[in-house]
Amino acid sequence: MQVLIDNFGLILDGFVKTLWLLLFAGLIALVLGTLLVALRVSPVAVMRAVGTSYINVVRNTPLLLIVYLFGALFPVLGYTASISSYIDYSFITATIALGMYAAAFVCEALRAGINSIPVGQAEAARSLGMTFGQSMSTVILPQAFRAAIPPLASTYIALAKNTSVALAIGVTEAAFAMKKLNNEYATGRSWIFFGFAVGYILIVWAIAAFAHGLERQAGKAR
Amino acid sequence: MSDVQTRDSPDRTDSNLVSLRQVDKWFGDLHVLQDINLDIARGEVVVVIGPSGSGKSTLCRTINRLEPIDKGEITLDGQPLPQEGKELARLRAEVGMVFQSFNLFAHKTVLDNVMLGPTKVRKRGASEVKQQAMQLLERVGVEAQANKYPAQLSGGQQQRVAIARALAMQPKVMLFDEPTSALDPEMIAEVLDVMVGLARDGMTMVVVTHEMGFARTAANRVIFMDEGKIVEEETPEEFFTNPKSDRAKDFLGKILKH
Ligand SMILES: Nc1ncnc2c1ncn2[C@@H]1O[C@H](COP(=O)(O)OP(=O)(O)OP(=O)(O)O)[C@@H](O)[C@H]1O
Ligand SMILES: [Mg+2]
Repeated sequence: MQVLIDNFGLILDGFVKTLWLLLFAGLIALVLGTLLVALRVSPVAVMRAVGTSYINVVRNTPLLLIVYLFGALFPVLGYTASISSYIDYSFITATIALGMYAAAFVCEALRAGINSIPVGQAEAARSLGMTFGQSMSTVILPQAFRAAIPPLASTYIALAKNTSVALAIGVTEAAFAMKKLNNEYATGRSWIFFGFAVGYILIVWAIAAFAHGLERQAGKAR
Repeated sequence: MSDVQTRDSPDRTDSNLVSLRQVDKWFGDLHVLQDINLDIARGEVVVVIGPSGSGKSTLCRTINRLEPIDKGEITLDGQPLPQEGKELARLRAEVGMVFQSFNLFAHKTVLDNVMLGPTKVRKRGASEVKQQAMQLLERVGVEAQANKYPAQLSGGQQQRVAIARALAMQPKVMLFDEPTSALDPEMIAEVLDVMVGLARDGMTMVVVTHEMGFARTAANRVIFMDEGKIVEEETPEEFFTNPKSDRAKDFLGKILKH
């Protein structure tokens, strides 16, 4: 117990960084996942193939491997930018890797949402003269997002926990802090695990509560 | 809808608004449309009738290319239907469509359903569009429901909103695919009344329906389809009282029994 109190600042810093990872990677995943799903359901065969390939490659590759790959690849490509000492090179790399990984799952959650919308909705949109893009953005996606809230929540919960993989390339997020404490304290490890577990559980709980709120909001407008 | 004996016969000297030339379509091995030739004049109301699976919906849906065809040509106001893309979207805006299952946008209010086409597709200003949308809702008698969501309306109300939504685009022709088949009997008349009104105002209409009352009141021509072919084309009076083909006789015998 004492170990948690003594290192509260370190633990908090770790979780703050975890939250930043979650936020930025989550935004990337949302934007990229939406674009991917537009490819996946596009009337153009080539676009569908691109979308499907992305999903198949990214979803079937272990996240750790993707993070390592990006960590190794970017310097080779001559990219080692960092925005500040806090948002440093490894943080940016991990954010992009996590975002691109989660995007595949966001895409599939949205696709399930789209498939749950009756085809008549798209037919009505098209028969009004809407282009594919207009029908997607004004008719299909708003409804698909609602239908996709539960699977999206699962995706974001998984992403919250997956941010811990960033420790592999030295991002000082929560799991990194936990590893550090475990190295420094031979005793009290159960407390350390317990403390960090509570931290992650709180984040997951917040995501679930947010999703629940969104669902209720969406339920009202019907 | 009783006093309509004389509908002005449509202007056949003008070029046809919709024209199908030797149209064929297959679903896999199923030859759903077989050598269809059909001309629809400006202001004409054509009722399409026939047994289930005869290709009525498919025919209707080829006219705005919701179903692409495999052979032949379809022209709308002289223009051949373009391939999928912006050009097709522009043409579709000229063709109103009313579905059996209404297909109102579930996440939008009634008013927004009617406004969406004009604002998004025609890019017209919201205030002007809103005024026009309210007039249309009044015309179909659902103005009191403007701020409700589709799920809060009865089937008959939803279908009338769907008609208003299509009219908001000021289409050249309206397609109806069994607009009253999903409705409870007491709501059928309120939808048919709106359609009769449209016909009287000179709208060009293609209507897939088994409502003989509507056909007799509002149609210039009845087309009887069977197994992907147009078997008979007649005035409603002639078709219902004196069908020529055995298949039409057989079909009418069946629906008249009910
Ligand atoms: N998307 C599709 N794929 C394969 N077959 C189809 C498809 N749509 C329709 N069909 C088949 O084509 C035939 C004609 O269908 P269509 O819906 O045009 O008939 P219909 O005359 O409108 O019948 P109903 O009165 O039942 O609505 C039917 O046998 C139907 O099963
Ligand atoms: Mg049909």
